[in-house]
Amino acid sequence: MSQQKPQAPKRSLGSKALIAVPFLWLVIFFLAPFFIVFKISLSEVAVAIPPYLPTFDLAEGWAGFVEAFSVFSIENYIWLTEDDLYWKSYLSSAKIALISTFITLLVGYPIAYGMARSPKEWRPTLLMLVILPFWTSFLIRVYAWIGILKNEGLLNQLLLALGVIDEPLVIMNTNLAVYIGIVYSYLPFLVLPLYASLEKLDMSLLEAAEDLGCPPWKAFWKITLPLSIPGVVAGCFLVFIPAVGEFVIPDLLGGSNTLMIGKTLWVEFFSNRDWPVSSAVAVILLLILVVPIVLFQNHQQKLAEMQS
Amino acid sequence: MRSGPTWFNVTSLVLGFTFLYLPIVILVIFSFNESRLVTVWGGFSTKWYVELFKNKQLLDAAWVTLKVAFLSASIATVLGTMAALVLVRSGRFAGRSLFSGMIFAPLVMPEVILGLSLLLLFVAMDQARGFWTVMIAHTTFAMCYVAVVVQSRLVGFDKSIEEAAEDLGCPPVRSFFLITLPIIFPGVLAGWMLAFTLSLDDLVIASFTTGPGATTLPMKIYSQVRLGVTPEINAICTILVVLVTFGVIAASLASKRQEVLRAQDERAAFGPN
Repeated sequence: MSQQKPQAPKRSLGSKALIAVPFLWLVIFFLAPFFIVFKISLSEVAVAIPPYLPTFDLAEGWAGFVEAFSVFSIENYIWLTEDDLYWKSYLSSAKIALISTFITLLVGYPIAYGMARSPKEWRPTLLMLVILPFWTSFLIRVYAWIGILKNEGLLNQLLLALGVIDEPLVIMNTNLAVYIGIVYSYLPFLVLPLYASLEKLDMSLLEAAEDLGCPPWKAFWKITLPLSIPGVVAGCFLVFIPAVGEFVIPDLLGGSNTLMIGKTLWVEFFSNRDWPVSSAVAVILLLILVVPIVLFQNHQQKLAEMQS
Repeated sequence: MRSGPTWFNVTSLVLGFTFLYLPIVILVIFSFNESRLVTVWGGFSTKWYVELFKNKQLLDAAWVTLKVAFLSASIATVLGTMAALVLVRSGRFAGRSLFSGMIFAPLVMPEVILGLSLLLLFVAMDQARGFWTVMIAHTTFAMCYVAVVVQSRLVGFDKSIEEAAEDLGCPPVRSFFLITLPIIFPGVLAGWMLAFTLSLDDLVIASFTTGPGATTLPMKIYSQVRLGVTPEINAICTILVVLVTFGVIAASLASKRQEVLRAQDERAAFGPN
């Protein structure tokens, strides 16, 4: 492969192999599949195995290849614009991800702040406590909320017993349950980068502000918050990007009117068995997500440069 | 500036950690519920655990999942460590930005896209789907996590020790196994653990890439959860939570201990005595 031709002439065979093995693995199992998704998004659905047309037949050689290309059409993409299910799903995914990211920030900031201001000897333990749920199964953590949020669930039982409400709140199978699920599942992703930037903060700045008579809330607003923005941005991207394509949370906690694109793709693929349309849905989702992913990469690079 | 925890900080930590842990604690408590109604307490019982071990389908799924997780984590750790070495050590080469892009993109890519694209690859390759396809799929996304974890370990690594060994005639492969690997080992171990739990946990990618006879535990749990909450699922979830918690704590204690020992060794080697 031409890409692996080393620029440095003295690269040994061993170090070439070191590059080649993971590189080739990712090209075959990560990069190449995207081209196949793109190809199939231009195909037609068919009652066959695999359920799409045309399929490439290498035995037919170049002529078969050209013929297959002539059958490609952007019909699936036109279909995506005609049926409002799809663009509504994209919009609603973005909206749900945005709102959840904002709530996660509101919940996560005080936690990260409390951790960064805690005594030094507590911090490794607190850090461990934030990371630990991340290791436990995502599915289990989402499942745990079903028993709490159900109409006859624990939250309603508690509120009824306390006399706060007269009849059960309907939270399960609504967008509210999806927000709770996303905030809960992605909280560690936001707290960790935010904690890292809050912990590095130079405390003498705050001491100086206090010495000069600045009240604590103003010092927070003028010093701590602006200096923690890199952590806030990184954390928000880490919540927002995966939340857009989330499937498990809207499927288990959301209702039938909770539209999210990950769920739409899943249904299109598994229930309707329409592989070409689900490929087209995936291609568009990817194109939408490229924007925040590139922004996030740039942000991380800038941070790394600032530190070095 | 006041030092020490203020009431605001303590409150936010207590509330925050309650939010993070209470749902899991409730799940564990109700796995010991006598009643079939998961939200009404009917007395203590371990009968759901007994039931679990009679459920052959569930045990089969658990066994498949463990095999997939073990194999994919091991291969992903080798590939991911190689990738981390490339990212930190190899300097510039043609395709480097593509390489690092391919390492970081899977970390934020929605699982539905990863799963769908791998499935279509396997179909295009005319590959029968089952155990091996799930294993390859998990290896692919887990190696990226391993690469990131090991990379952060390699960045803080004192390269001069390795260079000294090579100056003294130690071949690079040997110096890697004798010097670099022991030093980055906590990172490699953490990477393996992460890859293992990611594979253990994955529902979406496995659902796309699996075939007959290779139903994983998350798929089994998912199909039962869709039918409703049962104490049996609580029980299996509790077992998983306990296993992972112990694994993570043990690994972090072990790596901390190794750290201390290594620091002692270094002091003995370079110290003033």
